Amino acid sequence: MTATTSNEPTAASGASLIERVTSKFRRCPVTNLKVDPQAEMLIKVNAVVAVVCLLIGVIAAIGLVLTRWQLVHFLTAPMYYRFLTLHGLNMLIFFIIFFEMAVLYFASTLLLSARLPAAKLGWLAFGLMMIGMLLVNTMVFMGKADVLFTSYPPLKAHPIYYLGVILFAVGALIVSGMFFATIIIAKKEKAYEGGLPLVTFGALTAAIIAVITLVHGAIVYIPTFLWSLGLMEIDPQVFRMLFWGLGHSTQQINVAAMVAIWYLLAGLTVGGVVMNEKISRTAFFLYILFISMASAHHLLVDPGMGAAWKVWNTSYAMYLAVLASMIHGFTVPAGVEMGMRLRGHTQGLFGWLRRAPWGDPGFSGMWLSLVIFGFFGGVTGVTIGTEQINIIAHNTMRIPGHFHTTVVGGTALAFFAVTYYLLPLVFQKRVRFWTLAKIQPWMFGIGIVIMAVSMILMGIFGAPRRHWDSSFATSPFPMEMHPMLEVFQATMGIGGLIAATAVLIFILIAVSTVFFGKRITPEDLVNGASGLPQGVLKLPAQQHKGPEVAEAHKNGVRGTMVLVGIFFVVFALYYFTNWKLLSMAWKVG
Amino acid sequence: MVAPTGNWWLPASLQEKKWVTLSFVWCMILFAMMPLWHFRGGQNPSGIRGKTTPAAFRARVDRFIKEYQVGTDHGYPLVAPPPGADIYLQAQMWSWTPVLKLKKNASYTLHLSSVDVNHGFSLYPVNLNFQVVPGYDYGLRITPNIAGEFNIICNEFCGILHHNMVGKVIVEE
Repeated sequence: MTATTSNEPTAASGASLIERVTSKFRRCPVTNLKVDPQAEMLIKVNAVVAVVCLLIGVIAAIGLVLTRWQLVHFLTAPMYYRFLTLHGLNMLIFFIIFFEMAVLYFASTLLLSARLPAAKLGWLAFGLMMIGMLLVNTMVFMGKADVLFTSYPPLKAHPIYYLGVILFAVGALIVSGMFFATIIIAKKEKAYEGGLPLVTFGALTAAIIAVITLVHGAIVYIPTFLWSLGLMEIDPQVFRMLFWGLGHSTQQINVAAMVAIWYLLAGLTVGGVVMNEKISRTAFFLYILFISMASAHHLLVDPGMGAAWKVWNTSYAMYLAVLASMIHGFTVPAGVEMGMRLRGHTQGLFGWLRRAPWGDPGFSGMWLSLVIFGFFGGVTGVTIGTEQINIIAHNTMRIPGHFHTTVVGGTALAFFAVTYYLLPLVFQKRVRFWTLAKIQPWMFGIGIVIMAVSMILMGIFGAPRRHWDSSFATSPFPMEMHPMLEVFQATMGIGGLIAATAVLIFILIAVSTVFFGKRITPEDLVNGASGLPQGVLKLPAQQHKGPEVAEAHKNGVRGTMVLVGIFFVVFALYYFTNWKLLSMAWKVG
Repeated sequence: MVAPTGNWWLPASLQEKKWVTLSFVWCMILFAMMPLWHFRGGQNPSGIRGKTTPAAFRARVDRFIKEYQVGTDHGYPLVAPPPGADIYLQAQMWSWTPVLKLKKNASYTLHLSSVDVNHGFSLYPVNLNFQVVPGYDYGLRITPNIAGEFNIICNEFCGILHHNMVGKVIVEE
């Protein structure tokens, strides 16, 4: 779509305040949406800080893989645990949540062509999050918080560490609140008509889960802060339960945000169709209802809870959330297939997939994120989250193997992919190093899969996670690990280095585009300048009407049916293999 | 991306319905497996759960060692309790006490607790993993099914020498 000058739909005529605000809007030449400059600025700063945290996290990651790879064994023990703390906090919390704040601003203002009601509050929230992030990182750097991401009491960090976490959470809570307010005001001011767009609906799901999560965070970290000051007692088991209400639910915000981005990128890259609004929205709703209970699966082999509690919380509730993920795992590729078929790629079962824009990092990143999250992350997650199977998985390398495919191969990759569209659409810059950008999602996806599968195999052999020395050189009893573990350590190291290089390439592209990228001119859009993804050059139709849509619905999505069929078989095989493995262990109960 | 207008609450297509139904049935199978394993399977994490204090648990471990000690192993007390006994394992930065000598195919009730921070019980290479939480006594009925020497690795980060925390279990024919 080229630059357009069509008339704006009149927003709530007569309200002079709104007119004054709307006159400040920029109109996006690609999507024709109105952009509030205040919101755009907040998107930019949150995204930039997210990338800085990503850089800290990936530098730590390189140290970690080079240490777990026993042949190299790079870091000393205290540095290894410090790097592990830094890595977990900067990746899982700071990078992802700062980025999600950008996504919330984007989904509430830009996608709805709405104004941001309280920009000053947005800056206050950003300030709180920055101070929190800096306090936490400073404490960890100084060696005053070698407690790892989980910080289970009675292991104690400096009180300022807990204070930093609290300030960060309060900031994020304010942004979530503003997101709800923006949607309500946009509806009142008739910025958009009809229902909420599905992408914004997905972001709304993420924001609701964020509130549930952050409230858990307040419940757990305020007493922990007081405990660290010596003002009160804290029960380690109660902490573990409440902590995971925060710790795991944070990852559920990611899942909802990631799925929303899948829908967004499917629309931007190939004109993906929402097969059925009802089904997709119900699936998001299931996340809100049930996904928070899934946190309980961290306590499956804990002494504090009974079997009924464990079975109920992790299974019934959780599997309805699993159902939701399985639905999105169908509707997103089905929407892509339908979108491609409507654009004329109708040959055979997989013609649409062959003809898909694999050189567009927005599309390849989205698709790889979907496949890695589903096939590797989802299948392993549901399996190790089963009450009894958890006995052979708890705190082994299988756990990081699992979440590096969900949070890293899934969420982080989706964030990378959407960045290739945010740079031209929000920052209005041509993406630099475009050839590198085309291969970056592939390199990252392949690296992370090699690394995570190695970790999962190490875990199946019983290798513990978060462990500095797999040679056990200084342990009181002589001990030798299985020789295969050395092979997996090496493949884990190689995969990790590939993925880390891909992250560094991403950071290079993002930072140099933001600061040194060429500004997009209207001619760039016409001439198809390099550094602009194909969806930006020619935005595919977002809504299809007429008889060909009915025809497409009738022909269905046969290719996707085959793909989800393969997925289902893999899932069932992996799941029951694990029961078999479990049944061979010592009897315990 | 685009806001749906008009009546968008439409019935789903047949393929979508098929997949949702299959997924739902599968989720119910996933759910049913867990209670089923409690009745039919031999590996469950339920155990006997009780509260304790570090001092009380330490005293209980000392009494247990005094009662069944048969020697020492690398400086740790070596304990050989009779089949069916309640056996005690104490986790502490950065050691497991005592070393246990068990009989193959005999059942024991293994009591796990920590006297300081969280620890992780990981039996290598059998790959049984349980969380050890201070203040809680986790009683697990275990039946070793293979003879040999096994190690207990701590798999919950418990401080800077965490990787040194290795214990030992001997299972005899």
